Amino acid sequence: MAALLEAQGLKAFYGQTQALHDVSFSLAPGGITTLLGANGAGKTTTLRSICGMVRTEGSIKLDGQPIGGKATEDIIRLGVGHVPEGRGTFTNLSVGENLRVAAYTRKDKVAAERDLGMVFEYFPILKARVNQQAGTLSGGEQQMLAISRALMLSPRLMLLDEPSFGLAPLIVQEIFRIMRRINSEAKVSMLLVEQNAALALELADHAYVLETGRVVMSGKSADVKNNEAIRKSYLGY
Amino acid sequence: MEQLIQQVASGLANGAIYACLALALVMIFVSTDHINFAQGELAMFSAYLVWQALDWGVSFWLALPVVAFISFLIGVGIERVILRPLHHAPVLSVVVVFIGLLAIFHSLAGAIWGHTIKAIPSPFPHVTFVGSGYIGPHQIGMIVVTIALLLALFAFFRFTPLGLAMRAAAQNPASARLAGIRVDWMLALGWGLAAAIGAVAGALVAPAVYLEPNMMASILLYGFAGALVGGISSPGGAVAGGFIVGVLENVIAYLGNLFEKTTGVYVIGNGEKLTVALIIVITVLTLKPSGLFGQVSVKRV
Repeated sequence: MAALLEAQGLKAFYGQTQALHDVSFSLAPGGITTLLGANGAGKTTTLRSICGMVRTEGSIKLDGQPIGGKATEDIIRLGVGHVPEGRGTFTNLSVGENLRVAAYTRKDKVAAERDLGMVFEYFPILKARVNQQAGTLSGGEQQMLAISRALMLSPRLMLLDEPSFGLAPLIVQEIFRIMRRINSEAKVSMLLVEQNAALALELADHAYVLETGRVVMSGKSADVKNNEAIRKSYLGY
Repeated sequence: MEQLIQQVASGLANGAIYACLALALVMIFVSTDHINFAQGELAMFSAYLVWQALDWGVSFWLALPVVAFISFLIGVGIERVILRPLHHAPVLSVVVVFIGLLAIFHSLAGAIWGHTIKAIPSPFPHVTFVGSGYIGPHQIGMIVVTIALLLALFAFFRFTPLGLAMRAAAQNPASARLAGIRVDWMLALGWGLAAAIGAVAGALVAPAVYLEPNMMASILLYGFAGALVGGISSPGGAVAGGFIVGVLENVIAYLGNLFEKTTGVYVIGNGEKLTVALIIVITVLTLKPSGLFGQVSVKRV
């Protein structure tokens, strides 16, 4: 099966500083892949590279089409939903406006309306707060809103940057349960960046382990989980 | 008393102009965090375009929308061509560019149309009505047009997808890009809208003050005052601020004259109107830096 997303020899730079040295990975359509690694390993940078938010070299292909060097908004319009680090809430807009603005680029307004219903089914709390200023939501609710905004783009691929960050364990469990449903019901492939390796390996079917901008290991989640050396040295549990 | 009502009424009329300019300043500020010092000269340039159209025999009410549209294109063009390379430049570089634009439009107007004063006739009919001793038809017209403009903008930002996208782009550019919004174009649109609003302000003020390249210099200061008093981040606040500054400067000058008449001591009068405006600005910025109606956004960290 052709890869949905494929990176070859990906390098990324912040000004003069090189953050990714040689990252290659490939995502099968329909699956959930996770990027693991310590702070500063390059996980967030990898996601930002895919969306053209940093300067990159090397090749990135979405469905076989090169997307390296394209503008962020053009990559998004190809069906890539990015749930950013820090959740990226439009704090002064209402919850409803946050969701509507995410569907701004879509031509199929009927389907967008249907997706709004789907979002509210996944996260009923957002429906209850639809007229509330989004900045007043709790951290968990803002994370749900961020995932929902990405979902409103009707993406093929969703990039999730530490959705568990700073949230209570119960909320994290709920969010991860819904991510699995989104993956299987809405047929959205996912690339998940997580600090919480145990949690991520449970959800994902494939894993890549990064260290200082390089891939040091990859394989099925189960294999990574069972590799004690990797677990101890890179995943810290 | 009659004189006071008259002063308030004419204050409202001046305030309408300040409000338009304040609105234009806010348009650019909310989307780019910059104060466009060239806003007044752009408005002056647009007023000259209206004069040119009138001179060619075009009616005012046809000329105004056409000039507003041309100004919109000029605004978009300035953002795309001149400011785009400066998106990551330090704020002082941008300020210098604004001052450069100010000088360019100032001398361009002088070079094309000359420095002698020109008159634009008021587009509003000369009628007498109840209370026309207090306020003239042109002044009422300015107030009505300003309020209509504000309502139209409010509806645009509140109810249209493009308006929503512009608000999102202004508020969180990174997130807006992740929603597929072309943020650069939203900034350019903000510039275009500001230039179009400024064109309306220029065309309305020209009949009241006569047309010449310097006509906007002091009015822009009042526009700043209005925008800051109302809150530079709030379009509605800017309009309210414009009206407040317009009325206050007249009322304070009126009270000063009254004081001089009764006590013979001169404290303040018509000559100090601009000073009053600046004192208002400083007072508001000291006591309430976000302006009277500026939003203090709620943020959870």
